[in-house]
Amino acid sequence: MTDDYPKVDRVMGGPAGWISIAFPAVLFLYFLGLLPQIVNGPQVHGIDWVPSLGVRFSVLLDGLSMTFALLITGIGTAVTLYSARYLGQHPQYPRFVCYLLMFMVGMLGLVLADNLIALFVFWEVTTIASYLLIGFNADSAKSRRSALQALLLTGTGGLVMLGGMIILGNVAGTFELSRILQMGDMIRAHPWYMGILLLFLAGAFTKSAQVPFHFWLPNAMAAPTPVSAYLHSATMVKGGVFLMARMNPALGGTDAWFWILTIFGGITAVFASVMALRQTDIKQTLAYTTLMALGSLTMFIGAGTHYAIVGAMTFLVVHSLYKAALFLMIGIVDHATGTRDATVLRGLWKAMPLTGAAAGLAALSMAGIPPMVGFIGKEFMYKASLGLGGFGAIWVTVMIFAASALMFVTGGIVALKPFRGELADTPTPAHEGPWPMLAGPLVLGALSLFFGLVPGVLGHYLVGPATHAVEGEVHEVHLYLWGGVNMALILSLLTFLAGWLLYRSHESIRARLAAFEARNPIDFDAGWDRVLDGFKAFAAWLTGLIQTGSLQRYMAVTFSSFVVLVGGTYLIKGAFGDGLGLATASVHPVQWTVLALIAAGSILVVWTHSRMTAVAAMGVVGIGVSVIFIMFSAPDVAITQLLVEVLVVVLVSLAMLRLPYLPRRSRASFRAGHAIIAAGVGVVTTFLTLSVLSTPFDRRLTTFFETASYPEAHGRNIVNVILVDFRALDTFGEITVVAMAALGALALLRGTARKKES
Amino acid sequence: MELLLAITIGIVVATSVYLMLDRNALRFLFGLVLLSNAVNLIIFAGGRLTAGAPPLIPEGAYAPVDVVANALPQALVLTAIVIGFGLLAFTLALVYRTFMTLGTVNSDEMRIAEPRDKRQLDESRLGMGKADPEHPATGQEAGI
Repeated sequence: MTDDYPKVDRVMGGPAGWISIAFPAVLFLYFLGLLPQIVNGPQVHGIDWVPSLGVRFSVLLDGLSMTFALLITGIGTAVTLYSARYLGQHPQYPRFVCYLLMFMVGMLGLVLADNLIALFVFWEVTTIASYLLIGFNADSAKSRRSALQALLLTGTGGLVMLGGMIILGNVAGTFELSRILQMGDMIRAHPWYMGILLLFLAGAFTKSAQVPFHFWLPNAMAAPTPVSAYLHSATMVKGGVFLMARMNPALGGTDAWFWILTIFGGITAVFASVMALRQTDIKQTLAYTTLMALGSLTMFIGAGTHYAIVGAMTFLVVHSLYKAALFLMIGIVDHATGTRDATVLRGLWKAMPLTGAAAGLAALSMAGIPPMVGFIGKEFMYKASLGLGGFGAIWVTVMIFAASALMFVTGGIVALKPFRGELADTPTPAHEGPWPMLAGPLVLGALSLFFGLVPGVLGHYLVGPATHAVEGEVHEVHLYLWGGVNMALILSLLTFLAGWLLYRSHESIRARLAAFEARNPIDFDAGWDRVLDGFKAFAAWLTGLIQTGSLQRYMAVTFSSFVVLVGGTYLIKGAFGDGLGLATASVHPVQWTVLALIAAGSILVVWTHSRMTAVAAMGVVGIGVSVIFIMFSAPDVAITQLLVEVLVVVLVSLAMLRLPYLPRRSRASFRAGHAIIAAGVGVVTTFLTLSVLSTPFDRRLTTFFETASYPEAHGRNIVNVILVDFRALDTFGEITVVAMAALGALALLRGTARKKES
Repeated sequence: MELLLAITIGIVVATSVYLMLDRNALRFLFGLVLLSNAVNLIIFAGGRLTAGAPPLIPEGAYAPVDVVANALPQALVLTAIVIGFGLLAFTLALVYRTFMTLGTVNSDEMRIAEPRDKRQLDESRLGMGKADPEHPATGQEAGI
């Protein structure tokens, strides 16, 4: 996969590579330096961004955001170091680095943001960066499809979530998280709580790939391996989990929260574990184990007890460490052997001992075997589930037992089986990976062991403060490896037993799952295609309905809308009588005559089928209008109108020399529907005009022009002064329009002349 | 006078709408001319009607002595008349050119951008389904 492109000679990715490694490394050290302060209590810093909308760019530094920030930058350093070697000679490596850093900034912004709107913006940045990274191998149709699927699904979820954020912001009166999180009781009691919760969860569930939105995540493995390791296991998909954890003080603790999260999380965890067994591609296996982890985290955040939150936060760190290590390990194996097929890989231990060591450490942590930190995570989850009351305890315990046992099996499949036994034939002979690629998995694996041996460090600096942030209040957190013989330990041992039994028969289970899958009619991925196809068909249908291609239809729709909307408003407001009180007594016979001429002229234009009669009748209307201008004190307008009217008649008459005759009038040419629309528009216009005329007149502008015209602009003809002085730019625009029209007409007409010559 | 003027405007608007609904582009054009006249009248009347007092400042005065007609709508209508004329001239050239090229002034027969065959429209326009290689694009057939 990584070898079929023209190589560019770069040492460790060239400048792009060095920058990409230095950026997260420096940030990691910076956050590490801040950590001791944050342990003592959260901090908020910020500046106004869009003050008119109440959007601030503010950061909330507490245990939760620090834990995430350290994971993002720490694993980010491992991943960029790895990529510099893995993809450093790819022709588009600098572009890859841009996407990766864009993602990193987005993710950091997401976890550090103290403002909901800023959080949303960064949330979308990660979505877009993820789209670009999944589709990095853009010449593969599968990559493009997977990228688009992830974008549409998480993007839609994000938009839905934005709705929830706006409602929450209105309910709380602020978008600042640090203040919203203090208002939990008020928000939970609010009638809109349920709506806010569901909208938020739509965002979180799509981002964190909970069933039934899970299918984009396995598909996202089309991305290069470092991307899968970074975005789709350690960081981005945890964005949804982060959001749920972050909002827990404001939205959590209700029955709805408990049941929605534990049920969806539990189903996701077990479904994903079973699916993980089914896969033969190790990368796909790991993708499903990521789903399992996300499901478990969701379930425990939902459970909400102290132990559940401690368990979730511990497992969050545990999972990021081992999952990133395993993904990176698979990249090395893939690189070295040319395959990721679990049924082919055997006996790599001798050829790749360091890779094997890293894989072993990570897999032991994943299987939850002491003294790895994974054991602590699992112990706390059991402790939490047993501590729940009623049916919740049974549900969560069963789900976590099943998921943990299956995790044990998967750990064996990805990290034990490929390294044991005799070395098998692979597409390329197995060999150890280079140090930049080994460094990440080894360090991460070693950390899994270190935190297991010294759990106090993890508890004091990361899990403790993070738990405080999620719970919204301070409780003592004490992590330990050995908690004595208790129910959790017994369950752990049972888990190992069940896992070992399942591992021994996993090949036949896989075959049976494959057979079941072949018969299973429910396929989410295919369903997604059907939804998209349906959507496209709907768009095509709607376009066909609206865009008929008939000008008549467009005009009819436009005019009817005018009648219905304006006329409807009149009906609702009962305003038809507004202008009828205007006096008609003082109408001079000349005025009568002019108005009658205008009306008769326009009716004649409709009536006649002779072009010349129509042109003459239009002239009558135009001259009638100019007479009205004269009668009512607008000599300049009247002169212009007369000139233009003459020009119109001349132009149209000239054009008639070439244009065809009008069709003969016949009974069939009368369109009743059109007449009704036309009458409607006429009536509504009349009433509109009357309404305008019966409204009290505001003369302020006119008075300004009258008094300023001479003293300021030295002109006695106020209309002229307005045109050339006060509104000179308008007039300039008008001249431009006419010039453009003339140029356009010229271009159109010249085209015809040339065509005739040829 | 205002009531009668409003009714007259209504009649002009109704006739122009009826003309603009016609599939003959020439009749459409006539409708356009009438409509701009009607709209100008509405703007003009909106500034209220004042007979026999043009908005002029007599010699020696700094502002109109008596009540004069509202100058602002007059300035606006002046602009509107000229722009309406530009619009008409351009549309007329367009109709003329259309007739020279397509040989029709019937808007239903102008089908290059929006072909009558809906399936062809869906596929070529929206980029969906399989494109028909026999009829690749819609604009090329007419040679413009």
